[in-house]
Amino acid sequence: MHALSTLSKLPVGHTGIIQSMPTGRVGLTRLRELGLTPGAKVTMVRRAPLGEPIEIAVRGSHLAMRNHEAADISITLA
Amino acid sequence: MSETTPLLAIVGNPNSGKTTIFNLLTGLRQKVGNYPGVTVEKKIGECYSQHGKKLRLIDLPGAYSLNARSPDEAVLRDVLLGRRPETPRPDRVVFIADAANLERNLYLLTQVLELGLPTVLVLNMMDIATAKEWRIDLKKLSEELGVPVVPMKATTGSGFLELKAAISREDVPLPNWQSAPLPEDIRAALHTIRAELLLTGAVHDKTTLLEPLYLLSDHDPLHAGIQGEYLGQIQRGRDTLSSTHPGWEDQLVADRYAQIEKLTQDVLQRPDKELPTLTQKLDAVLLHPTFGGITVFAFLVFLFYLIFKVAEGPMGWIDAFFGDLGGWVSAIMPPGDLRDLIVDGAIAGVGGVVIFLPQILILFFFIGLMEDTGYMARLAFILDRVMSLVGLNGKAFLPFLSSYACAIPGVMATRTIDNPKDRLITILIAPLASCSARIPVYVLLISAFMPDTVSTWIKACIMVGLYSLGTFGAFFFAWILNKGIMRGANAPMILEMPTYKMPALKSILLLVWQRAKAFLVRAGTIIFGISILIWAASTYPKNHELNDKAAVIEERIAALDESAVAEIEAAKKELASVKSQHLAQSIAGRAGHLIEPIIKPLGYDWKIGIGLIGSFAAREVFVNTMSVVYAVQSDDDEDLAPVRDRIREERHADGTAVYTPLVCISLLVFYVFAMQCVSTMAIVKRETGSWGWMFFQLGFMTGTAYILSLGIYQIGTALGY
Repeated sequence: MHALSTLSKLPVGHTGIIQSMPTGRVGLTRLRELGLTPGAKVTMVRRAPLGEPIEIAVRGSHLAMRNHEAADISITLA
Repeated sequence: MSETTPLLAIVGNPNSGKTTIFNLLTGLRQKVGNYPGVTVEKKIGECYSQHGKKLRLIDLPGAYSLNARSPDEAVLRDVLLGRRPETPRPDRVVFIADAANLERNLYLLTQVLELGLPTVLVLNMMDIATAKEWRIDLKKLSEELGVPVVPMKATTGSGFLELKAAISREDVPLPNWQSAPLPEDIRAALHTIRAELLLTGAVHDKTTLLEPLYLLSDHDPLHAGIQGEYLGQIQRGRDTLSSTHPGWEDQLVADRYAQIEKLTQDVLQRPDKELPTLTQKLDAVLLHPTFGGITVFAFLVFLFYLIFKVAEGPMGWIDAFFGDLGGWVSAIMPPGDLRDLIVDGAIAGVGGVVIFLPQILILFFFIGLMEDTGYMARLAFILDRVMSLVGLNGKAFLPFLSSYACAIPGVMATRTIDNPKDRLITILIAPLASCSARIPVYVLLISAFMPDTVSTWIKACIMVGLYSLGTFGAFFFAWILNKGIMRGANAPMILEMPTYKMPALKSILLLVWQRAKAFLVRAGTIIFGISILIWAASTYPKNHELNDKAAVIEERIAALDESAVAEIEAAKKELASVKSQHLAQSIAGRAGHLIEPIIKPLGYDWKIGIGLIGSFAAREVFVNTMSVVYAVQSDDDEDLAPVRDRIREERHADGTAVYTPLVCISLLVFYVFAMQCVSTMAIVKRETGSWGWMFFQLGFMTGTAYILSLGIYQIGTALGY
């Protein structure tokens, strides 16, 4: 399956591959530095009890972020 | 060559166990302070090499990248580049990496290696990597990077001797890590920009492009280290680069990770499928949609039980200690101004603040425990959604909550918030949480205007109402500050969820000690000075006639037989009245008169004005001040009944009651919102590093209090209450 989606919509327990994310935005640059670069595998670990933030696993580390940022990261399901 | 002590910098990602290793090496031989101009903690310590040679260590702030996104990261960058005048450039680097998160840790490591300082790499948390069935080829890693590699498990101290041996070597080799060459157009642009920056002195390093590179990638002009005059120049350089090569920063990140991926494949063998770790099993419960919330709630209830209930005992001891100390000094010193200054000014004033020490110790012990185990990130994760409603993030929750005990530890606890804007907003709103010093004032005023026949439940409801009002106010102002007043885009909330670890008790106790010390130093200096000022204001100018009168009555009381109860009572009443007259003519009393025109529209008279002025030492002082103002004589400070009864009787000259329900409500609302605590202001000044924010807070809080109380009193009066 190679349907294009965004990280914010990735179901819990599923893994996707980052396709693209907007460039030149400070917050997203920091996410890249934490390992979320195009081509990297990300797994949706869980959502917080109130739906946000989300916890993802990337390159062996676990990060939490809000849907707002995750919605900018487009992925394909792995 | 002269004998100099080498300076070793401890560098690493947050949660890599950096501080634990620093503490292992230095023990108690460390000094904690601030980097000038920023509120970033500076920790310097000493240890001895295997050969008994002294080494200096500096624990640099944890960071993810040299492309700074916070004041902490800017300090790391500036120290490593030798850009901070007060901190020499380190001679060697000890890089602490989380072995169980190797790939991400290599990002900062490779950046640091490129700076060309001799480096020792410590792979910490090897046990967790082993549990994940990761096999790290240490020899290969050491060869590829050109640095010695020391595997460690800092929480148990294993690997410590090897670390000691590695940092004792004076011939630590220079790393041979070669970064991927910069793309040609970026390199060319950086060359040009560096030449311009060299001309004005904005950068010093003539040999590499790294200094201009990391300065250009720092987007926040407020970060210290880039002096004001160069800001425009650096901004122009960034604009140039962004127009010739849009997305250049993202390109560099991708290039670096491409290299790291290759390196990781060479040195790290991972099982095909990630094994469920202890952390994941724990999180399945602790972050469970239902259990997670319940755990957080139970945990907070427990914490507040400790802060409010368990701390009561030690707080009583401290109170008694300062009471005894005052009594002892009174007994050995001859009566006079000096004795009063020491007993009523210094001892009572400092005692009134030091009493919060048990709460501070408990709070910071728990904060240390939560940070160290990794639970703090989970707490922030669960509460982030709630805090985001007012524009804050989950990390602001605990400092705000702590402020219900006392705003001082609350403000100090905001250091765990890494986003400077969120941290500042949290500091600004924290004192709106109704702290424990407001409780006696609330209780006194509620009981003064509610008839005794009203059930305790209704009084409790009013109490809850006051707490809610403060909380609502705090959230409202957080929202306003976030939306309108504070500049700067909201940084995205990014939270690392570290693996759970056994807490290193020694490190936690050290943190508690450092926080307690900072607090006590404050109490011993600024708060000490202010206590004396307020004492002087209510003592001077002296009125000899009244003083002589008081002395005569005191002598009379002393001479009276204990059985003459009625006479003693009468004499004490007389004495209280003399003291009241004295206060009325003191500077504080005159100030009360002076501010009367300002507070009259709120329904207060000059006597209440004295109480408001006294409250600046600490709010609960209101109760004591009012008992002196109204010449209430009471042997027990804790007993509010005599003051309450006296307040109910207080009449204006025309015979109408002073403390009408409307005045009491107006006064209560004033206490909910007004910034009346000099100790908190001192801490806010220290934590924001700015008089400006301190005065801004004083202004907006007290302004709100004034406007609301004015509205309540005027509208209430117009409606005929």
